[in-house]
Amino acid sequence: MIAISTQNISAKLGDVEILHGISAQIPQAQWTSIIGPNGAGKSTFLKVIAGLLPHTNQLNIFSMPLQSMQTKERAKKIAWLGQNEVVSDDLLVYDLVMLGRLPHQQWFSSPSATDHLIVEQALQSTHVWNLRHRPINKLSGGECQRILISRALAVQAEIILMDEPLANLDPPHQADLIDLIQSLTQQGTTVITVLHDITYALQANHVIILNQGSLSYEGATTHQQTHAQIEAVFSNRIKIYPLQGSWVVMPQNR
Amino acid sequence: MTTIQAANLPSRVRVWRLSMTLLVITCALFIIGMSVGSTGIKPFLFNTGDTGAWQIIFDIRLPRTFVAWLAGALFGLAGAIAQGLFRNPLADPYLLGSASGATLGVALSLILLSTSLYAENWFMRIGITSAAFFGALAGVLITIFLAKGFQHTFRLLLAGVIVGVILGALGSFFSIMNPEILQAMQAFMLGTTSFAGWSACLIMSIALIFSCVLAWSLGKALDALALGELTALSLGIDLNLARAIFIFILALATGTAVSQVGIIAFVGLAAPHLVRSQTNVTHHTLLLLSSGVGGSLLLAADILARALIAPQELPVGLLTAILGGSYLLWLMHAKQAVSRYK
Repeated sequence: MIAISTQNISAKLGDVEILHGISAQIPQAQWTSIIGPNGAGKSTFLKVIAGLLPHTNQLNIFSMPLQSMQTKERAKKIAWLGQNEVVSDDLLVYDLVMLGRLPHQQWFSSPSATDHLIVEQALQSTHVWNLRHRPINKLSGGECQRILISRALAVQAEIILMDEPLANLDPPHQADLIDLIQSLTQQGTTVITVLHDITYALQANHVIILNQGSLSYEGATTHQQTHAQIEAVFSNRIKIYPLQGSWVVMPQNR
Repeated sequence: MTTIQAANLPSRVRVWRLSMTLLVITCALFIIGMSVGSTGIKPFLFNTGDTGAWQIIFDIRLPRTFVAWLAGALFGLAGAIAQGLFRNPLADPYLLGSASGATLGVALSLILLSTSLYAENWFMRIGITSAAFFGALAGVLITIFLAKGFQHTFRLLLAGVIVGVILGALGSFFSIMNPEILQAMQAFMLGTTSFAGWSACLIMSIALIFSCVLAWSLGKALDALALGELTALSLGIDLNLARAIFIFILALATGTAVSQVGIIAFVGLAAPHLVRSQTNVTHHTLLLLSSGVGGSLLLAADILARALIAPQELPVGLLTAILGGSYLLWLMHAKQAVSRYK
């Protein structure tokens, strides 16, 4: 089953075209990593999928054109976590995560018991339930990132898009997040991440490689061909080695 | 008690305490406000049997007390909206060009309607208020246009200051060219509650209730905006519609307050900051508490303005400018000190 399909989509930031005719198929209930060198258009592609940037041609979410979806309907289906998301206010952690329930709430209604339960689950899943009474601007970068991940989880969307979700996390919390993503996909959620750390990106099921705004390759992370394409897109400055059933990426000297 | 109920308890307790404290302070200020006159402070309850004194309290002191509180509440609400909408803790109706736009609107309405700021005629008061609303709306829209949107904090504030200076200068120009309104406009530019009576109270009450209900119902949009524009969009917020409504409320609150009491700086800036310094709340609560704190701040300043050099009066706008400006400087200094040690 395909969760997201794009056909020859292009997108601009201002007057500059960033994405040039990308056609890709993102499988449902799997983890897809978008990787590529700096300036490849990874974050822009994620924003286009989230419906946050206009695009040309066809982009379907579960076979439905994204452009035909109502804003609220789209918000229920797709959760988005931006890169270095800046929180300008001094909201309490609990209130901030509750914002993830906005697509499910009416304007005049208070959060329901279900909303409270889902927020508690989201906070527990990233191990920040104990921080729920703290203002967000009084927390460390790593704690803040885990709370923002909880906010995205609280949407309970069928598709979760995360741009650099491992940023600011220490290695144990990075490992926790990888476990969490894998458990989400087992429960049927489609997860798409943009990651600079290729070792972590290779933990995904599927990979999309972008280069200079175009699709360079897409395929399963287990395929040798995928590894060769990843090394090539980084000008063979990295090398992928097998390690205990997984892969590690090492930089190569010139 | 379940974990769900326990989750928000500390925040709720703080909000409840702050609300109760605010209520007590407001009641005390109302009693003092009714007791302060040109003869100094004399508790109004002691005026038993003196019908003349009661007449003064009912016709002069009581409406002034209400007007000061209502204007402060409108400025406090406008400040909380501006800071949430522009994601800028320094946003304030005075700094976004809306207050100067409202003043220009008032000056033009006085000339075109050939009326006075003391007019109790309903048609005239509504005319002045409408002109102030459209002036405030124009001021904010020009500021946003010059700043090329909402994103750039410094560009927005700079544009707001420039628009404020230009619209303020135009207001002064029209006042000088029309000597019959000059004296009233000079007092108006310094901010005063002495123009307002019961008709002003009613107009401001309607504007405050309408603005508070509308802003409160959209408070979730301001919370979502605190996470950034893209996140707010991803959460299903119609940003264009939300912004249009909030700018309308901002102009309505600022225009209504300015049309009745003139230019009063920094109440809109200080009120939300004072609330935030006491508790961390969502905009649903912040908007209402900022309104209450703004009301109390301006009422306290008005009492001081009436009492400090009685039987003469200081323009209340002067006091808020001195106190509010000092608060802003202290805030900037405190923020610099915090960032230095981060």
